[in-house]
Amino acid sequence: MTKARSALNGAARDGAVRIEEAGLQGMLTLRGDFEDARFRAAAEAAAGGAPFPERRRISRKGERALLWMSPDELLVLLPWAEADAAAAEAARALDGVHHLAVNVSDARAMFRIIGAGAREALAKGAPVDLSRQAFGPGDLRRTRMGQLAVAFWQEDGEPETFGLICFRSVAQYAFDALCVAAREDSLPRAL
Amino acid sequence: MLQLTCPCCGATGEETEFHPGGEAHLRRVGPGASDEAFAGYMFTRKNPKGVHFERWRHVYGCGKWFHVARCTATLEVFGSYRADVTAPPPEILARIAQRRPGWRLEDWTGESAPGEDVDGGQGA
Ligand SMILES: [Zn+2]
Repeated sequence: MTKARSALNGAARDGAVRIEEAGLQGMLTLRGDFEDARFRAAAEAAAGGAPFPERRRISRKGERALLWMSPDELLVLLPWAEADAAAAEAARALDGVHHLAVNVSDARAMFRIIGAGAREALAKGAPVDLSRQAFGPGDLRRTRMGQLAVAFWQEDGEPETFGLICFRSVAQYAFDALCVAAREDSLPRAL
Repeated sequence: MLQLTCPCCGATGEETEFHPGGEAHLRRVGPGASDEAFAGYMFTRKNPKGVHFERWRHVYGCGKWFHVARCTATLEVFGSYRADVTAPPPEILARIAQRRPGWRLEDWTGESAPGEDVDGGQGA
């Protein structure tokens, strides 16, 4: 039995803001008809009761969350060890309903960008309006960071914290790009 | 800079978040079409200076295809609309009429009247 290991094994670096690889993180891709009551119920169940998210939003309940990824795709965040069982449970609940429920935990890497100015570090690489008025807690965006396809969202509360996911194969690039973006004294002063 | 709004996820982003899919509303010719007509369908594309209709994909975002009406000369975007239509919807045409008085859809499609073309709408 090999030991599970996240892409960067929890690498972290403190710069103007802190960049952390999140370590082992459970993730399910759920695809289906968002209008279907059974699909909605199965998604909420997989996320431990987190309410179905609004468009381009994340809804969280404790360490579980539902992320709105596209008009027919959700990402479920949950403890890594529970992902397989949750995928199987979702598939059972959706028997007979057109859907997809897959454990993608080990295909992805997740990062946290923590600290005042986190949005400024992210904004260096993504063509997205990350001003406070345009992007706040609970907002989620799929876009690019440099040349990488990523999704990021702002968590509730202080200090300012963003989550970011990308494919596992580009985790090192993502970490390095974030660390460069978060270099000491490289963010705008009046935050 | 070209800024597009994806009608599928509602996100507004600049061009690099999207992938261009070429001319919109192509109509396949045949079966039984002439080689000339089929070559036109396959290869001949409009290249207007001004109002144009295109397919785009939100490749770094939600992944969906959609349509965009824009001006190739100024990069003004008249609007984006769903992928599964064969012609620009009325609200998009109304917006273009407002911004480009005198422009006619027939000038773009190259058709003398809707539905009368024989070459799959490939005229300039
Ligand atoms: Zn989109």
